[in-house]
Amino acid sequence: MSSLLVENPGWLTTVQDLGRPGFGALGVSPSGAADPVALQIGNLLLGNAPNAAALEMTLVGGRYLFPEGGVITLAGADFGATLNGQPLEMWIPHAVRPGEMLELGLTRAGARCYLCIAGGIQVEQFLGSSSTHLLSGLGGFAGRALRKGDVLQFAAPEQMIRRKRISPKVLEALKPRKCLRVTRGPQADWFSESATHDFFSAAFRVSEDSDRLGLRLKGTSLALESPREMISEGVSLGAVQVTPSGQPIILFVEQQTAGGYPKIANVIGADLHSIGQLRPRDEVTFTQVSLDEARALWIAQQQLLNSGGALFA
Amino acid sequence: MEFRAASDQAMLVYLGEEIGLESHRRVFQLLRLLHEEPPAWVLNLQPAYSSLLVTFDPCAVDHQEVEVALRRYEERAEKLVLPQPRVVEIPVCYGDEFGPDLEEVAAAHNISPSRVIELHLSRSYRAYFLGFAPGFAYLGDLVAEIATPRLTSPRQKVAAGSVGIAGTQTAVYPFSTPGGWRLIGRTPLAMFRKGREPMGLIVVGDEVRFRAITREEFAAWPLQ
Repeated sequence: MSSLLVENPGWLTTVQDLGRPGFGALGVSPSGAADPVALQIGNLLLGNAPNAAALEMTLVGGRYLFPEGGVITLAGADFGATLNGQPLEMWIPHAVRPGEMLELGLTRAGARCYLCIAGGIQVEQFLGSSSTHLLSGLGGFAGRALRKGDVLQFAAPEQMIRRKRISPKVLEALKPRKCLRVTRGPQADWFSESATHDFFSAAFRVSEDSDRLGLRLKGTSLALESPREMISEGVSLGAVQVTPSGQPIILFVEQQTAGGYPKIANVIGADLHSIGQLRPRDEVTFTQVSLDEARALWIAQQQLLNSGGALFA
Repeated sequence: MEFRAASDQAMLVYLGEEIGLESHRRVFQLLRLLHEEPPAWVLNLQPAYSSLLVTFDPCAVDHQEVEVALRRYEERAEKLVLPQPRVVEIPVCYGDEFGPDLEEVAAAHNISPSRVIELHLSRSYRAYFLGFAPGFAYLGDLVAEIATPRLTSPRQKVAAGSVGIAGTQTAVYPFSTPGGWRLIGRTPLAMFRKGREPMGLIVVGDEVRFRAITREEFAAWPLQ
């Protein structure tokens, strides 16, 4: 085992893999990487399983020491990383020599950067996943965000890794969007015509109090056709629910699993990773697609991620 | 039985139009059958009062196929004989710092705090479903006399083990989380713990009773 020492954890850094779907009946939401596309590519570049656990850094990176060295890839948003003071390119594996320090600053675009490590970060699994669930303090590293002085283990591979580079075309195709594609929500017809019109034509601003549970949006108030009481029901990832104040909230990876607010729309699967790269104060817009289109886009994205050699330049 | 697409990867199945034991039975039957004979394309099942959210693998099936398959399951689920509910007893110390909203709930209904406690203890509750946080069970229904709307402004932090009421429902907060339910007491039990089997003290379909304990009993409760 090799180790990684947290010298400075940035603003909010957690251990994440692709989450733990399937435990809704226990009240457990899947959690997992906010940008699962970036995490998977980062892992694939290292020859890791796509689901290997990595560090998810939010808005501000931090400082990490590798006493025994290792091989790493940075994926997702560019946080201006340096290794021992030398600028470090994103989306490509780098050998870290023993005692070297990785330093990341403020985000330049996007919200989350993944530090993927060859061999993957090793933590105790909770319900089959290494992902941190912050609300309940379960999973990941001690169920919490990393702190200064934490030491994480990873299983460094014995062989040197071939230096792969991601194809720029693939990166472009998977680039996070600010115009999110949505399908109609289960209560879409509860909203007034003008609310539906506003939802698809106005821009919304991501509020400061957004997190892994949900992104609160500020913009035109969205009204129901008439006041209606609703019975709480299961909520899907990426659901756009509207609170009585008329402001939408996009439910995200650590969402509560059920809720009683009407949902006007749902972000499509192929755009869920884009939500993970939205920063507070970013502007987003919504555009509607059919279920068939959404499904085709998802299948295409999965095929691309599973295309092996075709991913690399 | 009504179907509505929730997302490109999820279908909502409505099995009733109200909160009650009849809707709950149908949801629970379908959930059980899907747990017993899980279709390969199901990724997650989220029950609620009168609906089931089925998340599926869109590479394997589309909404139409999901609907056809679920209708077949439902036909068989209707005949499923459910086991007698498990009875779970939760000790609760009511009032004071453990139940900061007890007085207000009592005042709202023009009854005494001890009457609120008495009514909360007066019946057993069905665990309709779990949601919000791991192990958080929605228990119902309260005696109408103590049904109280949630706080207008939720607390930033509710202590783990807090027993709250909201509308006609009651619940125990398994973790220290934000929360808008009106708090009337607290249990010393760990409602959800990793590595324990089962992890959550309450599962869907359980019958839950509360039992009043004193502050001394609460303080002396063995650490779990």
